[in-house]
Amino acid sequence: MNKPILRVEDLTVTLTTRDGIAPVLDNVSFSLNAGESIGIVGESGCGKSMTALAIMGLLPQPVGNIASGRIWFGDEDMVAVSDARMREIRGNDISMIFQEPMTSLNPVYTIGEQIAEVLRRHQNMNRRQAMVRATELLDAVRVPDPARRVRDYPHQLSGGQRQRVMIAIALACEPRVLIADEPTTALDVTVQAQIFELLSDLQSNTGTAVIMITHDMGAIAEMSERMIVMYAGRKVEEGTVDDVLDNPRHPYTRGLIACVPHIQEVVTDQRQPLVEIEGIVPSLSEFGQNACLFASRCRHVTDQCLAARPPEAQVSLQHHAACWHAEKLS
Amino acid sequence: MSFLITTAQRIVYAALLLLAVVILNFILIHLAPGDIADTIAGDMGGADATVMAQIRIDYGLDQPMLYQLWKYLWGVLHFDFGHSFFFNVSVADLILERLPATLLLVITAQILALVIGTLLGVISARRPNGPLSHFVTLIALFGYSAPVFWTGIMLLITFSLWIPIFPVAGMQDMTIEGGGLAHYLDIAHHMVLPVITLASIFLALYSRLCRASMMEVLGADYIRTARAKGLSESQIIYKHALKNSLSPVVTLAGLQFSAVVSGAVLVEAVFSWPGLGSLALQSIIARDTPTILGILFFSALVVVIGNLLTDFVLRLIDPRIRSGR
Repeated sequence: MNKPILRVEDLTVTLTTRDGIAPVLDNVSFSLNAGESIGIVGESGCGKSMTALAIMGLLPQPVGNIASGRIWFGDEDMVAVSDARMREIRGNDISMIFQEPMTSLNPVYTIGEQIAEVLRRHQNMNRRQAMVRATELLDAVRVPDPARRVRDYPHQLSGGQRQRVMIAIALACEPRVLIADEPTTALDVTVQAQIFELLSDLQSNTGTAVIMITHDMGAIAEMSERMIVMYAGRKVEEGTVDDVLDNPRHPYTRGLIACVPHIQEVVTDQRQPLVEIEGIVPSLSEFGQNACLFASRCRHVTDQCLAARPPEAQVSLQHHAACWHAEKLS
Repeated sequence: MSFLITTAQRIVYAALLLLAVVILNFILIHLAPGDIADTIAGDMGGADATVMAQIRIDYGLDQPMLYQLWKYLWGVLHFDFGHSFFFNVSVADLILERLPATLLLVITAQILALVIGTLLGVISARRPNGPLSHFVTLIALFGYSAPVFWTGIMLLITFSLWIPIFPVAGMQDMTIEGGGLAHYLDIAHHMVLPVITLASIFLALYSRLCRASMMEVLGADYIRTARAKGLSESQIIYKHALKNSLSPVVTLAGLQFSAVVSGAVLVEAVFSWPGLGSLALQSIIARDTPTILGILFFSALVVVIGNLLTDFVLRLIDPRIRSGR
């Protein structure tokens, strides 16, 4: 087995709110091997994006802080390195694509300049070299007519094209890790498929490891080898995509899978009702309790669930679930 | 090509606007009671109706107003603003002699206020709750609330009487012979206090607006993208954020151009600056209609050109305005 290039160890991130300090990430650990693709799924507010921002060193300041834990990138602990070193890593070794392609590009600079800028910053290219490379990158992310487009401004591009530009920026320095935070949420379904296809093609060409954050189970099944399910700032299940989707051991994972709507081949009068996970995500003030945070929405709840936080139960070699009843739920 | 068309369009609009200003000014001034005949009669210690009528005929004031307006417009088209009753020279010459002094004051103050205001805004936006930010807020509030003439007089008392490091009045020292560097330095020395006075009020506006728009921009998604690229903090602030937060400031600066010009009138009065402002004051008191009209025309011209420039600067900053969408 490969040596992991990114290892998150017992990461706890706190957010200072008006009601106090809440652990929005609570003791999360996982690792990413070189060239691998893992998916992180969960509802809004479960800590997916916080995980990404913590790795990037971009937690919202001054409210977000890493309270404990380590993020190992190779032999470096990114929690401890200097700001200057972190800026060298960001955009070069680890880069990120964001959720909102419409607003993630600076409206007053050409897209060519925005791609070239990161090349000048990290690859010691001069203006002309960087611009030539930017045009090649636009071509690589399949923006038509790149030589002309490179001088366009973001407002002249569609949402899908802007996300392609973001991907070009993120992959410009051939990073070892790419974090994609809901890269297709804001896009049309047909464009979503194109972006996923582009990402997996580029990944297989460059060998970049990808962390795909999404709430789209279909995308995970398509894109990733392993997946992590998160709930209320905690990792609740982890395993290969096949294991988790075929044999989910945490009730929350089961709920998520059941929620994916299916299109029937023949539309009958009796349409299947849409499934939901009843109840709501606990509020931030309840985060960090020594109990199962999913208990209030769970059909299998027992006294044990309310008394102590469930440990990670090993289902198989790579499959873990943080549920007291993981054994029973097969 | 589309740039040329827009430019031509803007210039045509500006010309039409100026025409409207000229006509409106002319009508307004002529609606006001009293004319040069009253002033002359007053200076002579009173005159009877026939003398008054003769004066009006001499100055062409007995003609119908529309005819007077037509004659005036025709003159303006040929850069002839008539003859000053009071100063007894051509209005165009009179104004062109005074205009450079006012322009020097107005443009310097405007640029100074913009540059320093923007810098203060940026600095205070980076730490919105820091001591420097509070200090800038205080200065801004003070600059904005204090009337221009009061600020001017206070500066005069402080820096010309108590600590006499700046001249009290005027634009240059008559005893300095010839041109060259000494001459320019002397003018610069005389400019310090009037420019600070005029700039203080706009400095306040620009720094507050820049602070607000900078804080908004710093929360934008593309700033997070810039951070994710590993750029340094100064690149993020001065390259990515500043250009985006400048638009409102430049827009305001364009709108304020007229206020700067009218502010200059007061500042010129306080510091005896030999510009259009003091000329305006004298000619209003003398009811010297052609001069007043001429000054109004040139201030309107300055404001219109200022707005045109603003428009072009905005286009330069923001490509979304450029494409006309």
